[in-house]
Amino acid sequence: MATELKPYMEVDFELCKGCQLCIDVCPKGVIAISDKLNSSSYHPAYYTGDGCTGCGLCFYACPEPGAIRVVKP
Amino acid sequence: MSKVFEQPHSLYSEFERKTAGSKKTTHYCPGCGHGNVHKMIAEALDDLEIAERSVFVSPVGCSVFGYYYFNSGNFQSAHGRAAAVATGVKRANPDSVVISYQGDGDLAAIGTAETIHAANRGENITVIFINNAIYGMTGGQMAPTTMIGQRSTTTPRGRSEVDHGNPVRVCEMLATLPAPTYIERVGLGNSKQIMKARKAIRKALKIQKEGRGYSFVEILAPCPTGWKMDPPQARDHLLDTMEEIFPLGVYKDISDEREEHSWDRLSSPFEVEKRHEYLQAMKTPLDLEPIELPTDLNCKFAGFGGQGILTLGLFLAQVGMKAGHQVSWFPAYGPEMRGGTANCSVNVSRERIGAPTVEHPNVLVAMNQPSLEMFEKDIVDGGWIFVDSGICTGEPDRERLKVTMIPAAEIADKVGTPKVANVVMLGALCAATEMFPADYVKDTLKVIVKRQELVDMNLKAFDAGWEFVRKDG
Repeated sequence: MATELKPYMEVDFELCKGCQLCIDVCPKGVIAISDKLNSSSYHPAYYTGDGCTGCGLCFYACPEPGAIRVVKP
Repeated sequence: MSKVFEQPHSLYSEFERKTAGSKKTTHYCPGCGHGNVHKMIAEALDDLEIAERSVFVSPVGCSVFGYYYFNSGNFQSAHGRAAAVATGVKRANPDSVVISYQGDGDLAAIGTAETIHAANRGENITVIFINNAIYGMTGGQMAPTTMIGQRSTTTPRGRSEVDHGNPVRVCEMLATLPAPTYIERVGLGNSKQIMKARKAIRKALKIQKEGRGYSFVEILAPCPTGWKMDPPQARDHLLDTMEEIFPLGVYKDISDEREEHSWDRLSSPFEVEKRHEYLQAMKTPLDLEPIELPTDLNCKFAGFGGQGILTLGLFLAQVGMKAGHQVSWFPAYGPEMRGGTANCSVNVSRERIGAPTVEHPNVLVAMNQPSLEMFEKDIVDGGWIFVDSGICTGEPDRERLKVTMIPAAEIADKVGTPKVANVVMLGALCAATEMFPADYVKDTLKVIVKRQELVDMNLKAFDAGWEFVRKDG
């Protein structure tokens, strides 16, 4: 049986500046902030792994052009 | 239907200015609104398929580096002048899509005049106005849009109406003008607002693409660093405070009433017909044949104010124009009418001229010693140099340059007045470069010398300069 393709979002660990705006706007609350620091000394956001609907709101809330990518199959 | 939200193609994949290792992130602070707006503009350029013909005009402010981000045409304008620069770009290239991207300090303080007049002329451009109520780049000083009570480094006790005036509401002001097509204020305070902002930006660019006229989108944007807040707090502040002073909404939209391309301005000052119109306006006979040039002339004429340096440049430019070529004349001089330094750059080109400046001339006329010292080194190898040997004490490099030493002022004095030394130089220049026949230039002089009683003297001066060169070989 083929696995069902689910929407997901991904955060580039190095490009995120940890502003948390994506976390604020996510209607499903499935984005969290990492305890780890990236090489620019920010705590980046990450996808907790389940529940993304692919709405894209986090993409537009994110001030970085390339930090967030959302895929809605 | 599948959909991927990712970095738009109209933004570069790497930002050259950034240091190695961080070339994919912007130079903006965490939570800054510029990044969101850049992304939304770039996405609109992609979707409307206009990136190839778009020109992004950056302001002075944090977004001064627009050209490192947008993979389009780019200009970086002087502080506040973006709308004026955008006007020029649009009028010279009517097919372009021009975005004037400005902050509140740039657009509503130093650039108020340009902003209002571009809107009042209904330029077919799109102005994106980032309003964060503060001067961000310089460290959080009061801006024209700073709100009453808001603390900034220059209003440490908060902006007061009595001392500092009220915040300027630009949308409201521009909406009173008849020419603009579309004016809207949007915000970045929450997702609903952001999606509205996205829609407004797309609409504004579409209006321009269709030639329906001036579009203006004000975007209330957070400046967490300038406001001394963390990014989520800054967004909340925007919602709680800024929106009250700067109400969101459409202030004007008559895009439906405006025909497509009704605001295209297809003026092209370089058309041959226009040139002829201009020449006819000056009553210049047009029956002379065009003259082929073996090379373009890139000239620098320099000396004291009052020596007729600028007029010399104008004369040559007019001769070149009459001979059927593209010309430019670009003066540079001090505030003194006499005695200061003056120079002008003249291009006579077989092709359309990009910039009117001349950095490396192939012709230099130096009518005083400082000019000789300043500009000789800039001349290209094998270029011509004409020096007033009665005034200058130096000797140019004869190995490298074709040198004419001519006591132009003294010759002119013998002709009747030292004031025509510039025309003596013109004669010498035409004789040495062999670009224009003497009669041709003299016919032109007859019509361009404004005071008819001086025509004879100018013709004599020209002949004297010409003969000086021919006699000396």
